[in-house]
Amino acid sequence: MTTAEAPFEFFTVAYLTRIGNHSAGTLTELLNGLEHCTDASIFHHTYQTLGTHHYLTEGFSNDFAQWVLADVNRDALAEQLAALDIRDYTSIAALRSDLYRIVRDFVDEHPDFARQEALERFYFCESLQVTLPLGLTAASLDEFHQGVTRLSHSAFYFHFISSRLRLHLRTNDFSHWLANALGLKTLADSINRIDVYTNTLDSARAKLLRLIERERRKHDHGATRDARPAG
Amino acid sequence: MTTVQLATRVPLDDYSAVISAGEVDEMRALAKPLAGRTVQMVNSTAVGGGVAEMLNRIVPLAEELGLNIRWEVMTGGDDFFEVTKAFHNALHGESYHPEPAHFDIFRAYNEQNIRRIPLDAEFIIIHDPQPAGFIQARKQKAGHWIWRCHIDLSHPSPSVWGFLESYVSQYDGAIFSSPQFARQLSVPQYLFYPAIDPLSEKNRELEPEFIMQVLTRYSIDPLRPILTQISRFDRLKDPVGVIRAYRIVRRYFDCQLVLAGGSATDDPEGFEVLKEVKRAAEGDPDIKILELPPWAPLEVNALQRASTIVIQKSLREGFGLTVSEALWKKKPVVASAVGGIPNQIIHKHTGLLAHSVEGTAYQVRFLLSHPEIAARLGEHGHAHVKENFLITQNLKRYLTLFLASHRAL
Repeated sequence: MTTAEAPFEFFTVAYLTRIGNHSAGTLTELLNGLEHCTDASIFHHTYQTLGTHHYLTEGFSNDFAQWVLADVNRDALAEQLAALDIRDYTSIAALRSDLYRIVRDFVDEHPDFARQEALERFYFCESLQVTLPLGLTAASLDEFHQGVTRLSHSAFYFHFISSRLRLHLRTNDFSHWLANALGLKTLADSINRIDVYTNTLDSARAKLLRLIERERRKHDHGATRDARPAG
Repeated sequence: MTTVQLATRVPLDDYSAVISAGEVDEMRALAKPLAGRTVQMVNSTAVGGGVAEMLNRIVPLAEELGLNIRWEVMTGGDDFFEVTKAFHNALHGESYHPEPAHFDIFRAYNEQNIRRIPLDAEFIIIHDPQPAGFIQARKQKAGHWIWRCHIDLSHPSPSVWGFLESYVSQYDGAIFSSPQFARQLSVPQYLFYPAIDPLSEKNRELEPEFIMQVLTRYSIDPLRPILTQISRFDRLKDPVGVIRAYRIVRRYFDCQLVLAGGSATDDPEGFEVLKEVKRAAEGDPDIKILELPPWAPLEVNALQRASTIVIQKSLREGFGLTVSEALWKKKPVVASAVGGIPNQIIHKHTGLLAHSVEGTAYQVRFLLSHPEIAARLGEHGHAHVKENFLITQNLKRYLTLFLASHRAL
């Protein structure tokens, strides 16, 4: 089995939630907040919330959509916001722009709803990120499998979900390394297709591990066949 | 000022079974760069109350992770605690007209305590308003000072908040339990949820035999649905409203109601509320009003675990951690959308929110009619608590704060 020249280094991430000084009680105020809040705030309410609510696999996508649904009672708008898939974005600016456009279009079309008071206010928060190496590396598929098995939710989230913003690519750290360091492009693509919205972090990890195990069996089978005596 | 001797120590590895070995590894990784760093936690009581309960668990765990941490308790006379109790209520929004002497008492005891203890740690966490004036001891921006506010400051008395804010604005940051509890401040504000300990007597797994014993002791039928609200007998917890909601549910389901709280013998208002509750329950043997001893964690645990649905129909609430306790036990919860409860109950995902007696009754009926949905809410609620409201998460937030501050220093 191949050994990578550049091993995979496992990191973890911890987030400190900072409470902002802005809140929204109407859709108009939400729109204003979306325009002016920090990138760290957009990240917090979309990427970060997916990590901390990963066990909700039915109808929970991001904080904006949940607030519009539960506190503003605008199902159609909530559905549009929830349909945004963070995997389609490699920058916060692009994600903010789409969030803003969706709310602006709704507000323009329904000015009465735009001024309607929500049951509870929306509080803009932001995530401050601290990353640390776990002191764990992998140079082979076996070592990689062992490493992924032991990761915390945060570490798995860091490599599998938020990595897009770091890589500026529509992939994740795991797939990126498997394709580039071990040359396992098919496996990398399969892993990148695991749906983070309909899986919990645990079930996504279980799927990823199963894909690696299948790959290992394929290699073991190939190695056995190659080792068979000729004739 | 007293350094607290900790009574119980639960090793960090014991939490692996609950949160996974990977999560414990991660806490060790976060703590590694902080090894030997000095931390002081300061509050105003060593026993009783949620803050002392939390520090009793957090401090030994932080110590095990290699931090040089001390927990100090400030001292004060009856006059000080009378003033700070009035401040506490005023910060919660009660009408209060402080006299200059009240502020003098506050200052005098803070200064007295400052003289007794060297506040020299790298990270100093001051809990709640009572020791907020300790910031005056800070020398030339030394260390990193954080004020941890455990109370709801959304509607404070302007005079008391104005006085307190002059101290708070000198800190490097403030921590609140919910975004809606925070104020607009000139210093950074952080969100730390309160937390429950999954290994404490109130939350750990129990033998089914013990749960049955508790039900038998209180004549509760295990074969019929049990609706439970655990809270002290206080009008803000609306126990009479819970009885009214139960009576609506009873038209459709043969169920029982358990209202369990601490004994009200030393609380005149609680005694009155208890009388009202008993009057409202009169003639219905399926309403069990239980006056539990002041410290009965195993009984509370057993009653929550035996419940079909847990209710928290508060009219006003702090954070309302009894909700997390019930969710941790995978119970479907119907609760009011007040205080910190919406942080714990994500409507239709981790429980159901209600805004009235009728709404509460409707949500309870819905869950009794759809046990599969009730079970799913319970499962999601458990996962929500695991991710956000456990003591290990709380410690992780402190470690992250120290790391972020350390890097910024």
